[in-house]
Amino acid sequence: MITIPTEQQPLIVRDLAKSFTMHLQGGRSLPVLANAGFALKAGECAVLAGPSGVGKSSILKMIYGNYAVNSGSIAVWHEGAVIDLATAEPRAVMAVRKRTIGYVSQFLSVVPRVSTRDIVAEPMIARGIDRQEARERAETLLARLNLPSRLFDLPPATFSGGEQQRVNIARGFSTNHPILLLDEPTASLDSANRDVVLEIISEKKAEGVALLGIFHDLDTRERVADHLIDVSAFAPAQAA
Amino acid sequence: MNQQLSTDERARMAAHDGPLLSVRDLTKRYGQRIGCDDISFDVWPGEVLAIVGESGSGKTTLLNCISTRLPATSGTVTYQMRDGQPRNLFEMEEAERRHLLRTDWGFVHQNPADGLRMTVSAGANVGERLMAVGNRHYGQIRETATDWLSRVEIMAERIDDQPRAFSGGMRQRLQIARNLVTAPRLVFMDEPTGGLDVSVQARLLDLLRGLVADLGLAVIIVTHDLAVARLLSDRIMVMKDGHVIETGLTDRVLDDPQAPYTQLLVSSILQV
Ligand SMILES: Nc1ncnc2c1ncn2[C@@H]1O[C@H](COP(=O)(O)OP(=O)(O)OP(=O)(O)O)[C@@H](O)[C@H]1O
Ligand SMILES: [Mg+2]
Repeated sequence: MITIPTEQQPLIVRDLAKSFTMHLQGGRSLPVLANAGFALKAGECAVLAGPSGVGKSSILKMIYGNYAVNSGSIAVWHEGAVIDLATAEPRAVMAVRKRTIGYVSQFLSVVPRVSTRDIVAEPMIARGIDRQEARERAETLLARLNLPSRLFDLPPATFSGGEQQRVNIARGFSTNHPILLLDEPTASLDSANRDVVLEIISEKKAEGVALLGIFHDLDTRERVADHLIDVSAFAPAQAA
Repeated sequence: MNQQLSTDERARMAAHDGPLLSVRDLTKRYGQRIGCDDISFDVWPGEVLAIVGESGSGKTTLLNCISTRLPATSGTVTYQMRDGQPRNLFEMEEAERRHLLRTDWGFVHQNPADGLRMTVSAGANVGERLMAVGNRHYGQIRETATDWLSRVEIMAERIDDQPRAFSGGMRQRLQIARNLVTAPRLVFMDEPTGGLDVSVQARLLDLLRGLVADLGLAVIIVTHDLAVARLLSDRIMVMKDGHVIETGLTDRVLDDPQAPYTQLLVSSILQV
């Protein structure tokens, strides 16, 4: 069994544990996960499954560095070296976010006054893609997600909820990160736009991207998942 | 002599691959009272660090000590100079320190009147810093000043007006232009959106965020506003009573605060 990440298996989670300590409630401890372990393969999509509150989002957030890790490791293949995200310095996590792990969510807060086109282009520019090319790619992606081109110049602050979601999705998918975390990217999309997202996911797989996602809709899950990861198997003993 | 850095130079500096600023065991006492106690951290090129905490927690004391505006009681602050050499700021000659502050650093005060000269024109406020780095050509200085005014969204026709005639938001944007015109590598900001109304704040934050990203600035920003920290910073340092309570990646500290005090701070904010 391979225990160290490689290009083909770029992320390995082992013995991951998470609990929240609520200091404002007398230090009450809420154990959420224990001994979580799985690996991601390049070109495949793994889906985190399990009932609400089981810890699916917490796993994504620990991998992306939004949540602290209590114990265990999150080893990632980052530019030819291995980094343990469970213990990495903020600077290292920032480097991994820039180059290696992308996050696709409908709910990233967007900056009010920046044009939609630039919001989508920004992560590409940060990764060294020429500004003009990044903007063109942004437009292509937005058009695919059926966002009317008259909106491209406007900041999304005044957009409808559904339009804002699609801007965030376009932003998340715009880069060529080798690992993508998908935080319910299809929830509440109409079926035409959902199909576009599924198509983009297939293309990402074909490009060799390793994906890890949360999809509540069973039909969608069926269509994208190469593996299911049963998160209830990682429930801590106290909570079971 | 033009001391502004070219992209090449910046790339070379980055290749030195060390922190731009290293603070070690920094303590400031006011008599018996603690201003800030035994603080250590690094800031790397292009990194934005937010120092957050309630009023009186020692944020501004710390900022003023690091920027040598206030003498520290003990500790060291090491800065990587443009030639790549690390220097202990507390052992530097006063003249050299002032030069650093006027050229390679910026300092954006909460109250623009503290960072601007209120009785000279907007153009002169920006031009003055250029002259400090050796620019003498009047036409060029005026051109650069005009360019910077437009970058901070002040119309060119206001160039000869004094900041006294500007709104609070415009004054703050002018202060930012004055600080950034010499292409500093490190900018200190003390509650830069502090005295402004919400809509003016939002506009200023967008502007700052864009400039910081475009120029690759390292920033140390003091704020009690977690939303400002969320929007601008990569890392957060939480302070209370002169001590560092918690530090980490900004969204980690705000989404999963570990220390009791940080949990309190985050929970008392409705929407960060
Ligand atoms: N920041 C936090 N602070 C305290 N508790 C949290 C935090 N985030 C999550 N939790 C708790 O951790 C548990 C797991 O939450 P999580 O969001 O990971 O579940 P989930 O599987 O994604 O659920 P859903 O399917 O409803 O989205 C829940 O009991 C939740 O209340
Ligand atoms: Mg969830």
